[in-house]
Amino acid sequence: MTVSIETPRAPRTVRRGGINWEKWGWIYMRVSGVALVVLIFGHLFVNLMIGHGVKALDFAFVGGKLSNPFWQWWDTLLLWLALIHGANGMRTITNDYARNNLVNLILKGAILAATIVLLILGTLVIFTFDPCPAGAAANLLPTFCSAG
Amino acid sequence: MPGKSVGTAVPSAPQGKYPLPKFSKPKAPAGTVYRGDPGMWSWVLHRITGVAIFFFLLVHILDTALVRVSPEAYNAVIGTYKNPIMGLGEVALVAAIGLHALNGLRIILIDFWAWGTKHQRLLQWIVIILWIVLLVGFVPRHLINVFSE
Repeated sequence: MTVSIETPRAPRTVRRGGINWEKWGWIYMRVSGVALVVLIFGHLFVNLMIGHGVKALDFAFVGGKLSNPFWQWWDTLLLWLALIHGANGMRTITNDYARNNLVNLILKGAILAATIVLLILGTLVIFTFDPCPAGAAANLLPTFCSAG
Repeated sequence: MPGKSVGTAVPSAPQGKYPLPKFSKPKAPAGTVYRGDPGMWSWVLHRITGVAIFFFLLVHILDTALVRVSPEAYNAVIGTYKNPIMGLGEVALVAAIGLHALNGLRIILIDFWAWGTKHQRLLQWIVIILWIVLLVGFVPRHLINVFSE
């Protein structure tokens, strides 16, 4: 016995070659998502759980972390993966709800602009950061600044 | 000008022979396995937590960038993260991140693994249980840090 199924009549776009960006976006959300679970919970554990948690956060703490290449790369990876993951999610939501073409374009333009600016800013901060700035009070700096 | 009035057509009265159908408030559409299901609510929560985390991330990159300005500027801003109201905000943040992370992993298991698709309802319960375990581990310790001294 055979069952005949009608040809679907809902309008759909037929792809003709080229890179399937939506597919790669879909894959990116899942791959970066798994990495972010490790990166973010590691970040939260070290910053909020160990020692006095949020009370211990200050310039000296961040200076100590960001002078270590391990945490520099951890934070760089976290910055890029998280911000692009978030921006792509916001793009999806914008496409779902902003039905007016102009509004849609403006919102996605704003997301793209914020993402690019913050990726550049964040990366520059991580790699040009000086944990022992000249002229700063020694009690605000990591202990290794006054060791030498 | 002829002062003829327009629009004098008499609305046709409903005839007793053909009474107007009575409409009742539509119920949830039949035949859907999705609307109102926990699966729908986890989708809604995934969106809400995602948007909230995105905006926190924007602010968090900017506040961390202050380490490039001066130790005083960074300490002044990060100091606001230590007051009790922000401390409760951090509980909400970790709760949102935990839910988004665990639900994201559930989505991945459903997408790539037939077992996950078949047992998606069980996975939903596992997400809720792991989320509670996460918060039980985090919240008391964090609140002690926030409210001590």
